[in-house]
Amino acid sequence: MSGTFLQLRGISKRFGPQVILDALDLDIPLNSHTTVIGRSGIGKSVLLKCISGILKPDAGTISLCNSTESIPQFAYMFQQNALFDSLNVFENIALPLREKEKVTTQNLSKQVNRIIDELGLQNAAKKYPSEISGGMKKRAALGRALISKPEIILFDEPTTGLDPERKFSVFDMIRSYRQQFGFTVIMVSHDVPEVFGITDQVAWLDEGQIRYWGPPNELLESPPVKLAGFLNPKLSTDKPTS
Amino acid sequence: MFVRLGRKGISFVIELGELTIFGAASLGSLFHQRHIFEKLTRSIYEIGVRCIPVTLIVGLFTGLVLGLQLYYVLTKFSSESLLGQAVALSIIMEIGPVFTAIMIVGQAGSALSAEIGIQRNAEQIDALQTMNINPLAFLVSPRLYAALICFPILTAFFDIVGIYGGHLTGVSMLGVDQGAYWSRIYEAVSVKNVIDGFCKALTFGILTTVICAFQGYYTHAKASIPGARGVSQTTTRAVVLSSIAILSSDYLLTSLLLEK
Repeated sequence: MSGTFLQLRGISKRFGPQVILDALDLDIPLNSHTTVIGRSGIGKSVLLKCISGILKPDAGTISLCNSTESIPQFAYMFQQNALFDSLNVFENIALPLREKEKVTTQNLSKQVNRIIDELGLQNAAKKYPSEISGGMKKRAALGRALISKPEIILFDEPTTGLDPERKFSVFDMIRSYRQQFGFTVIMVSHDVPEVFGITDQVAWLDEGQIRYWGPPNELLESPPVKLAGFLNPKLSTDKPTS
Repeated sequence: MFVRLGRKGISFVIELGELTIFGAASLGSLFHQRHIFEKLTRSIYEIGVRCIPVTLIVGLFTGLVLGLQLYYVLTKFSSESLLGQAVALSIIMEIGPVFTAIMIVGQAGSALSAEIGIQRNAEQIDALQTMNINPLAFLVSPRLYAALICFPILTAFFDIVGIYGGHLTGVSMLGVDQGAYWSRIYEAVSVKNVIDGFCKALTFGILTTVICAFQGYYTHAKASIPGARGVSQTTTRAVVLSSIAILSSDYLLTSLLLEK
């Protein structure tokens, strides 16, 4: 992990009278895994959508620090995967390359098949999203994210709706592919404290701002009072700090 | 009351502006993407080929009814021999483009609106954006160009079947002279009449495809209820607005074209 890669300064977003993000600051280190935690409906997905450009912040700047490109290669893994129902797994993974890059059919097949092999989706390549399991859908969505060799992948609650076993396999998958492909991860998750096992730092979003940013072990050792209850009711009785 | 009326008026003008920008952006984005031919072919199949049966059936029955009605009117003036002319001009200039457009909206337009609406709800449009793929170019513009190709062709099918339907009732059932039926059509229908009909079909094609795609694309903003009911709401609105757009623009176009 090295210096700051992505810098968010004064990000504000409101929907009507409701303030979702309120002059939020956040630093994302290069090749790190940052997990954004917080209560439901607090604005975690809105933050991810602002970073990816799906939503435009009302105020503030998002700037890159250590990238050769002015616009980083983003990939976004949606909560419900957002796979195209009318395309099979192969076509879904191939979509970004097929639509944006000048690649021959042979080269495209080679690249997509490599990803399919690495993700263990060989038997599902010709199947449609409706014909495969939740875990396979996650892997297909990850494959689609990986094919364009992104610098940053944004994960919006990637384990929603998965059983505990699948949940851990998705976490393992994210960890191993991050090591293999070397991308930066920003993840929104409710799986606390399980997600702390794969994350480098935790950002706690509350009332539109990042109230805590740091390594997960520090957070577990001395959580702020308000966060202690969110993390674990048992933790809040230990030794909370203000 | 005036305040409410004013607000409604302003929001209507804003929506009209958004619709125009949406349509222009969709038209302009076709060539900013790959695999145009493949997408266009698929859209032509969805809008054109799949609408052929309904167009032919409605065209035939419209011609049959028109033959019957006009025969009844023309006999009052002892002018049954003008039946071919009356059927052909009514169908080519007015009924053909309007009915064809309404049929396509019912079948392909509603499907387009619902499909894009579901894609919006399933975050597939957001996914396209994050992949740096222009959603308008990918989802809307092939359909818009396909509509420009299919609407006039389907209108031509409707016209031919409709005129033949008029022939069936007028000549085969009611005894109008066959030679008179066809010769009157030949004499009365000019190339301009046919071109005017196709101009209407093209206009309806653009209007209805843009309206249906727009309603689906902004289903999250336009529907008062989220989810599946929201999609059903915007789909219904797409069909209603398209039908109103067809009939109101038909009036304007007819006024303009008849003046020439």
